[in-house]
Amino acid sequence: MLYICSPFKITKMSKHYETVFILTPVLSDEQAKEAAKKLKKSITELGGKVINEEHWGLRKLAYPIQKKTTGFYHLFEFTSEKADIVANLEVIYKRDERILRFLTVSLDKHAIAYSEKRRSKLSEAKPNKKKENASA
Amino acid sequence: MSATKTEMRYLNPQTKEVSRKKYCRFKKSGIKYIDYKDPDFLLKFINEQGKLLPRRLTGTSLKYQRKVAQAVKRARHIALMPYVADLLK
Repeated sequence: MLYICSPFKITKMSKHYETVFILTPVLSDEQAKEAAKKLKKSITELGGKVINEEHWGLRKLAYPIQKKTTGFYHLFEFTSEKADIVANLEVIYKRDERILRFLTVSLDKHAIAYSEKRRSKLSEAKPNKKKENASA
Repeated sequence: MSATKTEMRYLNPQTKEVSRKKYCRFKKSGIKYIDYKDPDFLLKFINEQGKLLPRRLTGTSLKYQRKVAQAVKRARHIALMPYVADLLK
């Protein structure tokens, strides 16, 4: 009878998540992007919807992880109605030997507003960023 | 009594006490979310060794201090910030 009292349980709320992971520097840049593509696919297969994707490229780590001092950072932002998506996704991350470290967080309304702002800022600054990468 | 007071003032070098009141920068500038992906910003809230600075030094309100701590810990986990450091600044 409880579900009659609480209409919120019937209408499924989709939740916002963000996940960052570090790929081994052993891969080439293209391989890293391909790995990210596969992981993106796994998100959609698990019932998530990828909203935003960022490839930060090879970055120096603040401390060595598995004796590696650099890594490819990649970020996904996605929504899902399924409650177990994060657990399932993290199982995939754990099994993947190319992933050194991962972090998945759920975003609250302020965080969503922030990420939207960041996205619009990045899309504006993208032509400049590409130039920077080319020179570096 | 008043004479001694003036003498005291004379003996001690006059130091202007400009104690600016501390304020919470998040409340003042209306920042609602503290991003863990921005280590340069979070650098303001840690000391040279990479430890979190107390509220009493930064002036952050309790609500946002908790969020700062959370963000720093997340940044450490994905190796954007060090857990231990020496001469960070």
